[in-house]
Amino acid sequence: MSIDENTAAKVAKLARIKVEGDALPALAAEFSAILDFIEQLEEVDVEGVEPMTSVTPMRLKRRKDVVTDGNMQDKILSNAPDAREGFFAVPKVVE
Amino acid sequence: MLDLSYEAPKAKTIAGAKHDWEMVIGMEVHAQVSSKAKLFSGASTQFGAEPNSNVSFVDAAMPGMLPVLNEFCIEQAVRTGLGLKARINLVSAFDRKNYFYPDLPQGYQISQLYQPLVGEGEVLVEMGPGIARRVRIERIHVEQDAGKSIHDMDPTMSFVDLNRTGVALMEIVSRPDIRSPEEAAAYVSKLRQIMLYLGTCDGNMQNGNLRADVNVSVCRPGDYERYMETQDFSHLGTRCEIKNMNSLRFIQQAIEYEARRQIQILESGGTVDQETRLYDPDKGETRSMRSKEEAHDYRYFPDPDLLPLELEQSWVDDIAASLPELPDEKKARFIAEYGLTDYDASVLTAEVEAAAYFEEVAKGRDGKMAANWVINELFGRLKKEDHDITESPVSPQQLGAIIDLIKKGDISGKIAKELFEIVYKEGGDPVEIVEQRGMKQVTDTGAIEAAVDEIIAANPAQVEKAQSNPKLAGWFVGQVMKATGGKANPKAVNDIVKAKLGL
Repeated sequence: MSIDENTAAKVAKLARIKVEGDALPALAAEFSAILDFIEQLEEVDVEGVEPMTSVTPMRLKRRKDVVTDGNMQDKILSNAPDAREGFFAVPKVVE
Repeated sequence: MLDLSYEAPKAKTIAGAKHDWEMVIGMEVHAQVSSKAKLFSGASTQFGAEPNSNVSFVDAAMPGMLPVLNEFCIEQAVRTGLGLKARINLVSAFDRKNYFYPDLPQGYQISQLYQPLVGEGEVLVEMGPGIARRVRIERIHVEQDAGKSIHDMDPTMSFVDLNRTGVALMEIVSRPDIRSPEEAAAYVSKLRQIMLYLGTCDGNMQNGNLRADVNVSVCRPGDYERYMETQDFSHLGTRCEIKNMNSLRFIQQAIEYEARRQIQILESGGTVDQETRLYDPDKGETRSMRSKEEAHDYRYFPDPDLLPLELEQSWVDDIAASLPELPDEKKARFIAEYGLTDYDASVLTAEVEAAAYFEEVAKGRDGKMAANWVINELFGRLKKEDHDITESPVSPQQLGAIIDLIKKGDISGKIAKELFEIVYKEGGDPVEIVEQRGMKQVTDTGAIEAAVDEIIAANPAQVEKAQSNPKLAGWFVGQVMKATGGKANPKAVNDIVKAKLGL
């Protein structure tokens, strides 16, 4: 499967990664190579085989409905470039 | 089951320039799970806390933090599924829905696209006595809520509060079985009622704990029936999705506006674009959220941080065994057991607390009479002061005692209303109040006869008139009631007056 430069640019945009125009051909080529490999994997017959989600048999970890965390506004906001009155302050985003 | 006798309501039609149109509506209702802690973290779900105080490092998506599932949230979603008569999937899984927004620090929402927790179910939505729409539920999946952005605190900045981030939501997805704005509102109300009965969502729409996305399309009469026969969507029109409404009134207004907008486009030869729209209640219109279109390439994939969720059938069975009686069953039982009308049974079962109150009053008493007193007197009085049933100053025992006094003939219906008012305002034992304040009805016919004799003797002219026009006998009854302070038994007075006047 071949990925063109437009698709590569779209994927980069969706992932919010800035890619300059001259870097796109290489990126598109890498995507294509990855997808070619996946296509190769698809040749394996997995009819009736359950998808493997864990190497060892494990049960999804669960916890009780108890409040054990939170109440650390200062720590939560400490990495924010801008915070005011307990909120993260970000450039205006309004629909 | 009682509901076999329901008839489906007619779809709403809108007259177009050339022919009639019908609307087809499907809904995605987001209901916040009632839980103390969030879906994947130990932070509190408490509403109205200081901004960013109910936030853990998991919710803030700090590097290296891993989600751990809150089992109670799953139990609540299973309970909801069982309440909607839905299939519970013993194996489900969590997926990442990727998009960027400042109130979503992970850059993805953990949701369930491919294997939802709950499968197909159904909800009976009553639109009047004997009329109900059966709305099919396609699925319920569990997912994280996003945070909250506030746009009006600063001219150039948006303020973000992550307290809501990571709170568990149930997304209840219906089939396109809803056919009018009124049905859409009634459907949301019914889901809310069921979840309140189950205790799985507090139903608070104002706080955003229950909100809906609405898919609207229009078609020509007959198209919908063809869709239902074949389940082939090509018989239906192109739909638009109106996002995130938390008011039943706005939901109805938005659907009405959107259907008319689509009809106008189609009748002028255009085509409806499938898109996401936003309802603006100030302008009363929907508008396109074009900026969202491209961002809505969600690139879902299974969340590698979470194993599939496997449930044991016995665990699900235990939840099923603990379900309370649900609104439809309770209503049917009230009709059968207490001889109530459809309407009264609906009113009394609207809230589980009111239903319990009624049953307490009706225990060992005439059910219809109990229903009348609870609905007309108590509910009316509570409504006047904007109180709900849990705040009633009159207990079921007190109201029951008032009804017993009427039944025994100790007080008339009119006096009973006065007594009710006294108990409502001052409290106390109704039996004692009647004794102490001399409110007991006079059933002693001797005393009534004496009063009648007195009035007949004092009013010879009235006697003559009444004898030639029996309708005027009512005047004497009124006089006797006045003379006895309303305590005489009206039927006894009526009989004695008639006899004495020779009517």
